[in-house]
This record gives sequence, C-alpha cells and structure tokens, in this order.
Amino acid sequence: MAAVKLLGAWVSPYNCRVICALKLKGIAYEYMEEDLLNKSPLLLQYNPVHKKIPVLVHGGRSICESAVILRYIDETWPENPLLPADPYERAVALFWIKFADDTTFPIAMMYLITGEEQKKAAKECSEMLETIEEHGLVEGKKFFGGDEINMVDIAFCSVAHWLGVIEEVTGLKAFEPHKFPKLNSWILNFKSVPVIKESLPDIETMLAFFKGRREMVLASKSS
Amino acid sequence: MASGEVKVLGTWASQFAMRPRIALNIKSVDYEFIEEKNLLEEKSQLLLQSNPVHKKVPVLFHGDNKPICESLIILQYIDETWSSGPPILPSDPYDRATARFWAAYLDDKWYPAVKSLGIAEGDEAKKTAMAQVEEGVALMEEAFGNCSKGKGFFGGDEIGYLDIAFGSFLGWLRVVEKFNGAKLIDEAKTPGLADWAERLCSHAAVKDVMPDADKLAEFAMIVVAKIRGLGLAAHSL
Repeated sequence: MAAVKLLGAWVSPYNCRVICALKLKGIAYEYMEEDLLNKSPLLLQYNPVHKKIPVLVHGGRSICESAVILRYIDETWPENPLLPADPYERAVALFWIKFADDTTFPIAMMYLITGEEQKKAAKECSEMLETIEEHGLVEGKKFFGGDEINMVDIAFCSVAHWLGVIEEVTGLKAFEPHKFPKLNSWILNFKSVPVIKESLPDIETMLAFFKGRREMVLASKSS
Repeated sequence: MASGEVKVLGTWASQFAMRPRIALNIKSVDYEFIEEKNLLEEKSQLLLQSNPVHKKVPVLFHGDNKPICESLIILQYIDETWSSGPPILPSDPYDRATARFWAAYLDDKWYPAVKSLGIAEGDEAKKTAMAQVEEGVALMEEAFGNCSKGKGFFGGDEIGYLDIAFGSFLGWLRVVEKFNGAKLIDEAKTPGLADWAERLCSHAAVKDVMPDADKLAEFAMIVVAKIRGLGLAAHSL
C-alpha cells in the first residue's frame, strides 16, 4: 500500500476530522504539523488553490478539502464504511456533512472577533445548533450514524469539542445543554468513543492556545 | 432501490436546478419539472416544506423517499440510484476526489465571486470581482486539461460530474460577459474550455435545459435590480 501522509495543524477541527477517519479505518500515516503562520513550500505545492490544511498525500498525490478527503479515505479503504449504503440515507448524511462545512467553520475563528461582530456570530452559531437539534438529530439515536459513529459525526467534531473551548475563551454563550438536549447527548456519546478520544486535541492545550490568541486580538484592537 | 416518480423542483434560470435535470437526462430517467414561480420574493409551501433548512432549489423527489436537497448531493444520489445508466462520477477514487474538489471550489469560491461581480457597483468593486472570476476560469482551463486527458469532457468521453457542475454556470457566464463587455471563455484565453462549452451546450442531455442567453440576460437585470432594491446581500441569490 502506498504511503499516506497528512499535512495538518493540531488546532484545526478539519485536521481532526481526517485523523478520526484514518484512525477509525486503522490506516497508518505520517503526520506533518504545519505552522499556519509560516506555510511550508510543501503545503503550497500540494494545495496551490487554497493553501490550507488538511492535505492528504497518498502515493505522492494530494487530496485537499477535508470533506473531499473523508470521501476519498472511505472509498479507497472501504472496510468499516463511514457512510450508509442506501443511496437515500447517504444523501441525507452528505447533506449534514455539507451543513457542517458551511455553518461550523466560524467556531474555531470566533476568538478573532469582538463586539457586534461577536454577537452576530453567536446568534448564527445558535441558529446553527437549533437547526441540528431540530432537523439533524433523531431522538433515541446515539449518533448521526445510528449505533456507530460515521462521517457525519466526524464532520461535526468542531461542535463537540471546539465550541466549548471557544465559549470559555470569549465568554460567548451559544450552547446550553437544556436548550439542546439531543445535541448534548450526542456530544457526550461522541466524545466517549475511544478512537475519538484519541483523536481530539487536549483541552488544556487548546485553552492555552486560544486564550493566547485571544489576548493578542484584544491587545491589537485596543492599541 | 426506491422506485416511483421522479420530480425536480427548480426554476428555468437556476444553474443549480439544471444539474439534476442533466443527470436524469444522461440516465434516461423521465421526471416532472416543477417550476418555482417567484423564488426571490415568495417561496412556495412545497419548497419551504421540502427544504426547511435552506429553502433553496433544486429539490429532488423520488417515489416515497423524503426530498433530497443540494444539487451536487442530488447528482451523487442519481448516479448511485440509476447505477446501470452511464456513470456520472469517475470510477477511480482519486479522480472522484478531483471532480468533487473542483465542484466544491466552483460553488464555494468561484460562484460567490460571480455573484459579487453581478451586483458590484463602481469600477473598483467590479475590477476586483472580475479578477477573481477570471482567476477561477484560468484554474478550470488547467483542470480541464488534467481531467479530460485529451478527451472531450471533464469526465472523459462522456459528460460527468464536473462537466455538469461547471457547465451549469455557462448560461450565467455568458450573461456576465455580456454585461461587462468581457470575454471569460474564448478560443484565445481558454481554448480547451471554449471547445468544451460548445460541445457541452449542444449535447442532447444539456441543450433543452440550458436557458436561452438573451432570456437569462433580461432576467438577470430584473434580479440585480431587485437585489439592490431590497438591499439583499449577494448570498441570497
């Protein structure tokens, strides 16, 4: 089997998605941490269009965009499938993965904003959580994938793990367990899956990182 | 596999609604086209019920299944459901990843630039938006060279996922060219795409669903005026 490399950044939820998928499939890979403030020539070569991580390199060829990478992994290593087999169920799963792509990206960036912009982002975040609670999660189902996690669960890792950290760092409040009971159960279930626990970055390290970044943002805004 | 009637909810002008129609034509699947009459100002109950999250077209109805939303996802559903027909996605996982990457690029990066250009006011704004649109077209010219591997379509000998994803924008691209006195796809700058566009637009699966350029231009003027009048952002399109 050709070598698998992952260019990533530990703090990125998109990177985490790929790590979750690789670990769930038991795929061996070499991890290369990118300094996002000083992008390597390798990253620029492998992802000239977006210049972003994660990038999966398999047999020397690069695959970019985490949602595309997840499907590539699922199709190349078909054991332990991460999507339903039925075309309709699959379409529903893909819908929610796209929803996660389109609406959850602000979460990890919310430390950058303050004031009115932050209020607006918090509102959008709440709306996003409401939509998932109302339309995406089914009462009684442990995961988006049913009894086992699947690609949809992985796609929402930023909601499960980054949101709480960002809320603590910014003082913003979007998620309340009593307001989002299904989502709350899902988060607890998701984070107790052993492979996921292994793949999520350490909370204390994340808090330190985002607090540091937050301080820099606030300092630059007051100067 | 679900069986039963197939319906597509969309509008004649929507590039996104065109996509499932092309795919169903490729698969020789009969379908009913339900036209959404006033997408910008008054969405139908059917649309609001069948796509409560996004309230956008297209929506695919197939037999007893609940509605399926998001045009690219619908393409994949059509490909998997009518798997005995001509394939829409390539068979190799890397080629599939490439097709999906470019389709996502078009929808998430390039098309917002096209919309910005459409409602831009003032020379500076237009210039910036135009540069982004042109950059995207240049990338697609290169992608065409890589994906087609000397054949007529992104999908090779036959129309595929990326042909549908990009081809659905051709009508609007011609409108943008007309309104801005620019040439985005032409023999000189993008020879590969120029030939491809002609080939695609005359393809049996495409020609009846590609909107007439003049009709689209007229419609575009109304839409832009409404967007500006209503003070809406480009993303509401």
